[in-house]
Amino acid sequence: MSELTRKSASELAGLLQSGEISSVELTQAHLDRTAAVDEQVHSYLHVGPTAALAAATEIDKRRAAGEKLHPLAGVPIAVKDNLTTTDAPTTSGSKILEGWMPQYDATVVKKLRAAGMPILGKTNLDEFAMGSSTEFSAYGPSKNPWDLNRIPGGSGGGSSSAVSSFQAPLAIGSDTGGSIRYPAFVTGTVGIKPTYGAISRYGLIALASSLDQIGPVARNVLDAALLQDVIAGHDPHDSTSLPESLGSMTNAAQNADVKGMRIGVIKQLTGEGFQPEVSARFSESLELLKNAGAEIVEVSCPSFEYAIAAYYLILPAEASSNLAKFDSVRFGLRVTPEGTPTIERVMAATREAGFGPEVKRRIILGTYALSSGHYEAYYGAAQKVRTLIQRDFNAAFEKADVLVSPTAPATAFRFGEKVSDPLAMYLNDIATIPANLAGIPGISIPNGIAENNMPSGIQFLAPAREDARLYRVGSALEKMHEDLWGKNMMAFAPELEVSN
Amino acid sequence: MAKDELMNYEKALEQFEVVIGLEVHVELNTNTKMFCGCRNEFGDEPNTNVCPICIGLPGTLPAVNKSAVESSIKIGLALGCEIAANGRFARKNYFYPDLAKNFQTSQYDEPIAFEGALDVEVPSGNSFKVQIERAHMEEDAGKLTHVGGTTGRIQGAEYSLVDYNRAGVPLVEIVTKPIYGAGAEAPELAAAYVRLIREIVKGLGVSEAKMERGNVRCDANVSLRPHGQEKLGTRTETKNVNSLRSIERAVRYEIQRQAALLAKGTSIVQETRHWHEDKGATSAGRPKSDTDDYRFFPEPDLVPVQPSKTWIEELRSSLPEQPAERRKRVQSEWGFADLEFRDVVNAGLLDQIEETVKAGAKPQAARKWWTGEISRIANSQEKDIFELEISGQHVAELASLVDAGKLNDRLAREVLTYVLEGEGSPAEIVAKRGLEVVSDDGALIAAIEAALAKQPDVLDAIAEGRMQAAGAVIGAVMQAMKGSADAGRVRELLIEMANKK
Repeated sequence: MSELTRKSASELAGLLQSGEISSVELTQAHLDRTAAVDEQVHSYLHVGPTAALAAATEIDKRRAAGEKLHPLAGVPIAVKDNLTTTDAPTTSGSKILEGWMPQYDATVVKKLRAAGMPILGKTNLDEFAMGSSTEFSAYGPSKNPWDLNRIPGGSGGGSSSAVSSFQAPLAIGSDTGGSIRYPAFVTGTVGIKPTYGAISRYGLIALASSLDQIGPVARNVLDAALLQDVIAGHDPHDSTSLPESLGSMTNAAQNADVKGMRIGVIKQLTGEGFQPEVSARFSESLELLKNAGAEIVEVSCPSFEYAIAAYYLILPAEASSNLAKFDSVRFGLRVTPEGTPTIERVMAATREAGFGPEVKRRIILGTYALSSGHYEAYYGAAQKVRTLIQRDFNAAFEKADVLVSPTAPATAFRFGEKVSDPLAMYLNDIATIPANLAGIPGISIPNGIAENNMPSGIQFLAPAREDARLYRVGSALEKMHEDLWGKNMMAFAPELEVSN
Repeated sequence: MAKDELMNYEKALEQFEVVIGLEVHVELNTNTKMFCGCRNEFGDEPNTNVCPICIGLPGTLPAVNKSAVESSIKIGLALGCEIAANGRFARKNYFYPDLAKNFQTSQYDEPIAFEGALDVEVPSGNSFKVQIERAHMEEDAGKLTHVGGTTGRIQGAEYSLVDYNRAGVPLVEIVTKPIYGAGAEAPELAAAYVRLIREIVKGLGVSEAKMERGNVRCDANVSLRPHGQEKLGTRTETKNVNSLRSIERAVRYEIQRQAALLAKGTSIVQETRHWHEDKGATSAGRPKSDTDDYRFFPEPDLVPVQPSKTWIEELRSSLPEQPAERRKRVQSEWGFADLEFRDVVNAGLLDQIEETVKAGAKPQAARKWWTGEISRIANSQEKDIFELEISGQHVAELASLVDAGKLNDRLAREVLTYVLEGEGSPAEIVAKRGLEVVSDDGALIAAIEAALAKQPDVLDAIAEGRMQAAGAVIGAVMQAMKGSADAGRVRELLIEMANKK
């Protein structure tokens, strides 16, 4: 493996700025790594060497001409395949969009291009981001580089496995109920779900509009901060995007300090139901934080009990409506049934053939939840739970500056273990979902190795618009870990066998 | 239902009380669409005013057009409505190929405007207060053209074409509360209400308000109940009736049809109905129940519209004159008698006459043209008068040509038909077709002499003071000159000739 691909994005940015390496060289090194390992890992649905190298060449030229460039200019990146790109097909992991070439770039993709970051390819995901393992991708699952028999998390398992198998220094993910943070937890990487509205959703193929949030995937906290600073900001195309700036996340990550910080342990997200070693690592980190001067307090969020139930009503309801546009009329797959092809029959046949089982399950759930006579009992009640969860958070943030919990109850499971039991699958998201329901930011950072030599992770949550706190505490704990372990946790990740 | 099966109108009203409800869709004339930057333009090449947003490509999001919100608030204020402090959009979910996202972004339980009222006057001079339940913002759908088959409808068509130029065009839907007590005048009231809405939105400058282009579309709900019964009868909703005349006819037809069915003991099916102008009848559309399930829920991609009090008050103070005030003002400016003026209002000709007067015509001349010959032509062509391709400028020009003696009445009417056929302005037509009145004495004298040759006694009769004898010669001259003779001059010449004899 080229030493380059092991380096962090901030180190690479330094090498590019000093002229020690070129972006073409760096981009090629990552493309080579993908050629060598992605047959095993299957992070990518599409690799775009031509476009990536063209962008790298362009940025090298501009640098040579003495242009002042963005700090991350020339650092390549992988993008989750539910973001539209004009130069690469965008499928959202579904057969219904196989081969679709979007007519426009997502706002985030535009920002990456403007910053001069070559896009290596599009990463795998559960179909329309519905899942926790990538087993629901219509194009087959991605693998966890720490153990190829285990899931890389979902829905963003393509992005998490690409970053943890050193195929990309950075990646873009999207988090509706934990799709960035859960994959980060199981692959030993860093994943952030920013405050709802901090990053434009324009060009993100919607799963549940009121929950979806784009965010960074990285191997350390500073890299994630650098990336959030590239992609954040108001977008007139997304009226739910925040009008104001949240400040520099890079500064926050560089000013790591927890002295005097009140850290609230969420009672409902610890103890019972959590794997003992996940809990053990969690307690060890609390101890580190306490020793560094943080004040550890306990907070209670009683309404979290209903979070999964509420989430699995709101999400399918919004998704059932968002996915209605996939009807064969204007784009994507068209299946014409035998007999007289009326529009209703073509739409039905296309959706029958084009959507996978989890998507159909959620469309049916959502359609039912919104139906007249059921609306109040389901969607209406779920919205009330959402308000209660927001109240729980408000009360907790009176007592604490940030909240903390393990990111998920257990380390990566094996393929097939939960695929036929949707309810067990849904429980993976128990600790991540509340942040989406409340619109607040959350970060998952590596938290040591648990059983079976699989990574574990820890999650911090902050009040809306206070993303900077997450970078401060995350970066501080990361440093304590590095001091303890002697290196960054990803340095323990397996090399993987290289195919020729 | 065949004509002879309908119940006689008077009999229907003796037996039943009529309740109507009206839903009017007004297409706004904003530069761009409701949720994207595409041009809002009627009649462009299909699918040229489209973008990823209005054709609903994956990943796109709507962004609200502020000027559409402004227009909607103006409409709400002009209807006497309250304006919502928190107007939320909602999704109305149903699958249809003209609906790009398979949901319509509309408003549900939090419309931008609610609780208004309008006083509507019908031709008899009676006035009714119509309560407005709500006016809400939404986007229009695309336009389907069904090709093949005999009906032009989707059933039986070989294939259908979709034009998304109209998809996302801003609409305001104005919904009345049930209207009671109009009795026999319910059809007239329905038409007068829509006419008034047209006048209001046109006056506000927020819509082109052309019914023939679908800028203003009306769905008319009609139900009957026996006099004295409290419970409302089952209603039908006649969709997209696109002229004032059709609204009146459709409501009248539904009253007669429903009365006939109820009298037979047949119950009314709650359904949408289509109006057929040619047959003068409605036909069944799709069944519609109160529980039609559109799975409304708040639009998560849009933040609520929260117009500030200051903005609302600014808009309120910028509102133009309301129709009632305007009527009072123009009647006195034009000096029309009450009955004359009522005819003008009922014919919906205020705009036309105002435009004609502004272009220089005398008010009475403008009135005579519009309520006379032009209305007659509209009726004979079974059109609404504003569908005719003629402007106030044209009429004013016509009137001034008559005043200047260049056209007589007959020629003027002929010129008018050419204007309506699109040949150009009256002056252009006169020049092109050589239609000017002949007052050239040489030509007239030649024609008079030819006529006198057949009626030699006429000059003597005139000389003796029997002027009525001149009529025969004048008629003959007019006939010979195909109507272009200046009759007044012919008469003068005849008198001169008689005196010289």
